[in-house]
Amino acid sequence: MSAVADTHSQEHHHGPAKGISRWLLTTNHKDIGSMYLIFSFAMFLLGGSMAMVIRAELFQPGLQIVQPEFFNQMTTMHGLIMVFGAVMPAFVGLANWMLPLMIGAPDMALPRMNNWSFWLLPCAFLILVSTLFMEGGAPNFGWTFYAPLSTTYGPPSTTFFIFAIHIMGVSSIMGAINVIATILNMRAPGMKMMKMPLFVWTWLITAFLLIAVMPVLAGAVTMMLMDINFGTSFFDASGGGDPVLFQHVFWFFGHPEVYIMILPAFGAISHIVPAFSRKPLFGYASMVYAVGAIALLSFLVWAHHMFTVGIPLAGQLFFMYATLLIAVPTGVKVFNWVTTMFRGSLSFEAPMLFAVAFIILFTIGGFSGLMLAIAPADFQYHDTYFVVAHFHYVLVPGAIFGIFASAYFWLPKWTGHMYDETLAKTHFWLSFIGMNLAFFPMHFLGLAGMPRRIPDYALQFSDFNMVSSIGAFMFGVTQLLFLFIVVKCVRGGEKAAAKPWDGAEGLEWTVPSPAPYHTFSTPPEVK
Amino acid sequence: MRVHAKRAVALAAGLLSPAVVMADWTMNMAPGVTGTSNQIFSLHMTILWICVAIGVVVFGVMFWSIFAHRKSQGAKPANFHENTVVEILWTIIPLAILVAMAVPATATLVEMYDTSESEVDIKVTGYQWRWRYEYINDDFGYFSSLSTPREQIENRQAKGENYLLEVDNPLVIPVGKKVRFLLTANDVIHSWWVPEFGVKKDAIPGFINETWTRVDEPGIYRGQCTELCGKDHGFMPVVVEAVPEEEYNAWVAEQRAAAEAERQLTEKDWTLEELMERGEKAYASACASCHQPDGTGMPPAFPALKGSQIATEDMAAHIDIVVNGKSGTAMQAFGGQLSEVDLAAVITYERNAWGNNTGEMVTPKEIFDYKNQE
Repeated sequence: MSAVADTHSQEHHHGPAKGISRWLLTTNHKDIGSMYLIFSFAMFLLGGSMAMVIRAELFQPGLQIVQPEFFNQMTTMHGLIMVFGAVMPAFVGLANWMLPLMIGAPDMALPRMNNWSFWLLPCAFLILVSTLFMEGGAPNFGWTFYAPLSTTYGPPSTTFFIFAIHIMGVSSIMGAINVIATILNMRAPGMKMMKMPLFVWTWLITAFLLIAVMPVLAGAVTMMLMDINFGTSFFDASGGGDPVLFQHVFWFFGHPEVYIMILPAFGAISHIVPAFSRKPLFGYASMVYAVGAIALLSFLVWAHHMFTVGIPLAGQLFFMYATLLIAVPTGVKVFNWVTTMFRGSLSFEAPMLFAVAFIILFTIGGFSGLMLAIAPADFQYHDTYFVVAHFHYVLVPGAIFGIFASAYFWLPKWTGHMYDETLAKTHFWLSFIGMNLAFFPMHFLGLAGMPRRIPDYALQFSDFNMVSSIGAFMFGVTQLLFLFIVVKCVRGGEKAAAKPWDGAEGLEWTVPSPAPYHTFSTPPEVK
Repeated sequence: MRVHAKRAVALAAGLLSPAVVMADWTMNMAPGVTGTSNQIFSLHMTILWICVAIGVVVFGVMFWSIFAHRKSQGAKPANFHENTVVEILWTIIPLAILVAMAVPATATLVEMYDTSESEVDIKVTGYQWRWRYEYINDDFGYFSSLSTPREQIENRQAKGENYLLEVDNPLVIPVGKKVRFLLTANDVIHSWWVPEFGVKKDAIPGFINETWTRVDEPGIYRGQCTELCGKDHGFMPVVVEAVPEEEYNAWVAEQRAAAEAERQLTEKDWTLEELMERGEKAYASACASCHQPDGTGMPPAFPALKGSQIATEDMAAHIDIVVNGKSGTAMQAFGGQLSEVDLAAVITYERNAWGNNTGEMVTPKEIFDYKNQE
């Protein structure tokens, strides 16, 4: 995927190792970035297949394809694999590839730890996916694994699920340490903090969020492990514990987690929109402050996932106000992206198509989020398909389209070839239509009264469920086209210039395409 | 031409017939039948319109740019890239809008939390996978389980109008009175929701939650469990009948009398046949979802009873496990859920059904004594 020899150095420079050792032992950020991206796409297809099972069962009322027990395993594993196996590793892959290039550094600060951070993931997911074949089946209690359903009433595989989470957590924490050490220590001379590209800023802040909350998740699952295997009662009322404690600890992790899953996308979009508008990002400083504000506020809103649990009124009000507040900096970012486009000179290659769709559809997800923040109204939305619609809008056209936009934007840099623009546009339009058909009707289903996590439903929900399933199948199949496009681009295509996008800015566009195996062995000067 | 048209219609009708009878493209929440549900509806519509307005403006600007500022149409890029005044404005204005929303939302929430001065109190307990309603000031209670036949769920029979939203014993409450609900759970977290009341509250094992409602219009209202609680989470609906006060009082009197009679049934002498008849019903309602109607269970989680040691040999162990459950498994302690009559009936049934044929029976009195010796 990248060239073997460094063209300008006279030092002893072997190319990368040959064969499987190259990939097992590499400490090169480009190799590791590629592995993360390939892993995440494989997980995306796996989690996506589970979604296809879910939507196939929900195509019509009645139980046709799977039993409720297995359906619950599908919903659980779909969520876990997408969150921890697809979205998060994809962003780490983008970070690995692009952060050193953007700051003019030769590699990440801790290259060997970088290798280990990656290789922990296939191990963790082997354990997680193997639970499907264990007696009693895979975890079946939702990706949010509330106690006591997941403790007293969980299948035997739950302990393996906990191990997998621990391993993923270690991977994330080490990756985050690496990101912070790299950004704080290895920027080229002249690149002050307020001159860093937005993708670097958003990843810096995401890394702090990861270090803050992954240990909290580890705490939650360790308490679960204790309750299940060692007779403790953290979450068991009969022993003096409290099931709601689980929810507080989980969501203290869970809310910053969703910002971990979107901030890097915000960063990437902040590169792509200016490039294809041929105009600088509007309000750089505000954009940085907004991300900081979102990150800080993200620690103060967790109980908006728990409005129906029975927390005291004062708590309920506090969390409602804090949640409403977080809409403000998010809105500022959207306004700034639109203003960047305004009076620009726009073109709509695939990265820009995904970026524009991101802005519109993520904002729609934000609107449903604002509605959910109104605590009294949330009593009607909570645990219904309205919530499912909300988070799929912020995650699919949000995080996932952000990743697709980034992939198309940076594929020329990674591979040295332009991807097939016609196929990419096809991928975009089919994804856009499929995604909206799949998830927009879910708003209506939720408002009409359909709960979440059910394998069968009352007849008044039939029509929109059928539409949703058709959209989901369309979206799912289309992702195979993306696989084709990427493989085709890796193998060949029109030769890419160092800067294939005339409106793009940044150090990453000063190195050749494909980027040499070792770049910036000498730091560049930043004015 | 006419032949083709007829065939096309027949084809379309055939394809659409299951759907067309119940075709439903409902897009919005219903205002509901309580003060709370109407307030919530109003908040919901307000925030929705605010979002629509913001969306129209923001997307409008964007679509305008997409149309008018294209490079392919010769647009040249402007150079501006910051404006502090504008940034401040579009921070302050949304903030003001949100503060404006927070005021009525706070008022509604305060009211939703005020469970004082209720006129009827009902304890709602979530079980895997049904609800139990206890009228705690009137000494009676009952289970409310899904009554949709398995044949409909398994697509062997056409689905009825209230498919998955019908129960054997609905909750009955009076119209126009403040009804307070005390919620808890027997096993995992469940959640009790009636959309038309605007009432949802989690039912948490070991804790008691409170909520209330005052229904303005008589009718039958249907909701569902809204917290994942295991395999039949989608199969434990909530059905509430709101009736005029007089009708409610009459119904309560009947229920009290029936409960008293039931308590006295414990004393009577039962025959094997009577216990079997009663036991078959009790088994269907309380046991069949796990151990299956034919007693074959779903091992390893739900053992078979047909031909099992526990149902054909060790009577004492059989009584113990039904009354006290088995900790660390999903087998609940039914001693606290079923009456002595039903416990005796169910054990008797299990010992004689599906070819088990032990000829043994347990009487309600024996169960009563068993429970009291512990």
